[in-house]
Amino acid sequence: MNSLKKGFKDGIPIGLGYFAVAFSLGIIAAGAGLTPFQGFLTSFLVNASAGENAAFIAIKENVPYLQMALIMVVSNIRYVLMSFALSQKINPASAMIHRFLLGFYLTDEYFALAISQDPYCDPYYSYGAFLFAVPCWASGTALGIIMGNILPARIVSALSVALFGMFLAIIIPPAKKDKAIAILIVLSFLSSYLLSRYTSISTSMITIILTIVLSGLGALLFPTKEK
Amino acid sequence: MRNIYVYILVMTLTVSLIRILPLTLIRKPIKNKFIRDFLYYVPYVTLSVMTFPAIIDATDSALAGLLSLILGSIAAYKEMGLFKVTVICCATVLILEIFI
Repeated sequence: MNSLKKGFKDGIPIGLGYFAVAFSLGIIAAGAGLTPFQGFLTSFLVNASAGENAAFIAIKENVPYLQMALIMVVSNIRYVLMSFALSQKINPASAMIHRFLLGFYLTDEYFALAISQDPYCDPYYSYGAFLFAVPCWASGTALGIIMGNILPARIVSALSVALFGMFLAIIIPPAKKDKAIAILIVLSFLSSYLLSRYTSISTSMITIILTIVLSGLGALLFPTKEK
Repeated sequence: MRNIYVYILVMTLTVSLIRILPLTLIRKPIKNKFIRDFLYYVPYVTLSVMTFPAIIDATDSALAGLLSLILGSIAAYKEMGLFKVTVICCATVLILEIFI
């Protein structure tokens, strides 16, 4: 009970950040034709900023269902790594349902929260954070869809970059310590710009192609150092 | 038009499998060095590709989007945290578009 409460408290700053970003995501969802309920449902079930952003763009482009599955794999494949890492932080004696729930709600922020504990993460601490932050994420998306049509265009335009601010806050700090990441970010910006301006490849397909090509290139040219 | 609920179902199933499988079934660490390095770089490439040029297309004025990208990057470089970086990005667009 105590860890549930503590998790809830630590989930508040996460939830507030989620709400703002989800709001901006809702504006994109509205552009793809989703109703507030559909946006709420998507965010409640999927819990992924980059993944949902890619998905809403794909819905707008009316892609085949298989391509939707592919874009979800690519835009969320980083969770494979986190899931592996988190796996080592769960008490082997704990019930399977905890692994299932911690996996279902695995995001960058919840991951950071879970692995900050020693030696094993307490699932109830994470559940406490979910209790506050998951509804923030889902209702933020729904509200973004509703307000996106009501708010003045100037405000909507400003809020629509919140999502990209969140992306920058994730990718830039590690690039300071790792030059390979910095190089890949610049390469990604350039090639994404060129493909979107000078070819007719769809945005979601560009994300798939460049993720595979550039990450593969990164792995080939800049192998990470390990002990 | 395809059905949005089918899209949501596909999204939920795919993303849940990715998150849950390594935690439950495959509990061993990945051995292949190339695959581990590939997975290490993936988030940075995906998020970068999704940020640019989308950020200059999202705003009414492309210049405001570009400036938001630059100031947001500087704020992120100074490790100001998710919330502050986001606010700086939005404020840049808001202020600039009043003058443009």
